[in-house]
Amino acid sequence: MLSPGGIERVDRIVARYPRPLAAMLPVLWVVQEERGWISPGAMEWVAERLGTSPAKVQAVVSFYTMFDDRPVGKHKLQVCRTLSCELMGARRIVDHLRERLGIEPGETTADGTFTLQEVECLASCGTAPMMQCNLKFYEHLTPERVDALLAELRSREPEWEDVDPVVYERPSDAEFRAMMPEAT
Amino acid sequence: MAAPKILMQRGLDRPDDGHTLEAYEAAGGYRSLRKALGMDRVAIVEEVKKSGLRGRGGAGFPTGTKWGFIPRDSEKPKYLVCNSDESEPGTFKDRWLLERDPHAVLEGMAIASVAIGAKLAFNYFRGEFSFPLRRFQAAVDEAYAKGYLGKGIMGSDVDLDMVVHFGAGAYIAGEETGLLESLEGKKAMPRNKPPFPAVEGLFQCPTVINNTETLAVVPWIVEHGGDEYARWGTEKSRGTKMWSCSGPINRPGVYEVELGVDLMEFLENECGGMMEGVGLKALVPGGSSVPIMTVGMCVGAKMDYEGLRAAGSMVGSGGFIVIGDHASIPDCLHNLAHFYTHESCGQCTPCREGCGWIEQLVGRLLDGRGTQADLEQILRLSDAMAGKTICALADALAWPAISYIQRFPEEFAALCPEPVDMDALTAAVDRHKHVLPAA
Repeated sequence: MLSPGGIERVDRIVARYPRPLAAMLPVLWVVQEERGWISPGAMEWVAERLGTSPAKVQAVVSFYTMFDDRPVGKHKLQVCRTLSCELMGARRIVDHLRERLGIEPGETTADGTFTLQEVECLASCGTAPMMQCNLKFYEHLTPERVDALLAELRSREPEWEDVDPVVYERPSDAEFRAMMPEAT
Repeated sequence: MAAPKILMQRGLDRPDDGHTLEAYEAAGGYRSLRKALGMDRVAIVEEVKKSGLRGRGGAGFPTGTKWGFIPRDSEKPKYLVCNSDESEPGTFKDRWLLERDPHAVLEGMAIASVAIGAKLAFNYFRGEFSFPLRRFQAAVDEAYAKGYLGKGIMGSDVDLDMVVHFGAGAYIAGEETGLLESLEGKKAMPRNKPPFPAVEGLFQCPTVINNTETLAVVPWIVEHGGDEYARWGTEKSRGTKMWSCSGPINRPGVYEVELGVDLMEFLENECGGMMEGVGLKALVPGGSSVPIMTVGMCVGAKMDYEGLRAAGSMVGSGGFIVIGDHASIPDCLHNLAHFYTHESCGQCTPCREGCGWIEQLVGRLLDGRGTQADLEQILRLSDAMAGKTICALADALAWPAISYIQRFPEEFAALCPEPVDMDALTAAVDRHKHVLPAA
């Protein structure tokens, strides 16, 4: 199920907790990082390792939004849609991504490169609008920056180790005004 | 005299390396832990009680009192849990601390652990906090290497281990008992209380759960004394507080100010005022769960626990969301109703069903198909949710729902094709406004 290195990581994680079950979330993270998603077979493996039932593992996987119980694109783009981001232009960013990628939120491009999702508040409200790509934050987005980022992502593999947030320069008032919603 | 910066110094002074142990110690870091190790445990708790520090996660419960609930004679292991599941919309202050001053959080956790007799402490990060988590993990590694964690910390006879834990996407894991369930490897469904975590918390053992910002204050209090901290702020809201400011303002960001400052002055001085061409329409001062304020309510309001209650809202998590006149208030409510519907854990019927119904009703209004009956139904539903569930997530939508309609009735009425009887709508609001937090 996992590489020898992954199994070793799991063993180290489990040893940190007073009870094996407490290692559930971190162990599922190891599985997802190695395999890209958490399959039914992987859930059985985790259940066995932590001394619980596959149903309990599946319940956890389905409860937490960051766990994927089906394959996703190479680059998972998660745009924050909650209030502060919406006020500063999140919808414009989502619409731009829909148009550029030709998919709706929740879908994956046919070539498997991108998955687009709308997600809830990611604690970057002061640098809105923003999105998370896999584990990395991109803050102060504009449609132009999204285009440049898509081009960059198309040309490279996902980066899992580098999680330093990319905080672009604050958009100008005019750029914000072009993104912000109008009162209905 | 202006209050000192208690929480936001190193991150500002040394933006490049303020997060390292070297920078933290150069600024006097870990003196407090050394001092605490030489103190009687009860004396540490007393010092925190004297400071008047209240929980910065949202509920505002006195921190020292919470620590005092841990039974001293219990044979069970005790646990300290830091709640870094910062997920309240509009809130990003804990992220600031964890990225820029992780050792302050770590030292606060260590002191709290000493005070309650915990030998194992957890810091629970929301799953999306990969970068803050790495910063904090690096701090933990540095602390172990230096002997500030592990066996016999700082040469004392106290053992303390620290585990960095991370979630995987669930707002409700920030509710303290939901967090414990999550930390035990389960769905983050909040528990009925009592028993309170101080008696039966993590693995049924006595547990203190504190917010990240709360714990980061503790080293300063131990170093300078509770009385010194209590000098700042107001009578019942002592000290300073971090506010995360967002929306169409000139300087969004995190600011630490003394509790009790004037709201409009804060908006002007710290936030830099409104973006050019955008007027202030409304304010949500304490994260998305608190009641909304009109401009009239903002004028003269004081930013402390009592002051914001008196002004019709709450301090909450300090998520200061500024809403400009470009925005539609019903749109804002719809955005939040979607959030709470998505984040409801589903175990209590009023919350699981009510949040979704409110989202649909507001959606119908926005589609131009709403009626007066829909508006009144939103109010009735909110009343049927607030205070009737295991945790406060249902209240956290009921308060916005009622207050948004109460304070911006014309915007909601304008969405209905048929004219709305405003007197009848006011009467309906009056029937249900009792669920809003009282002054």
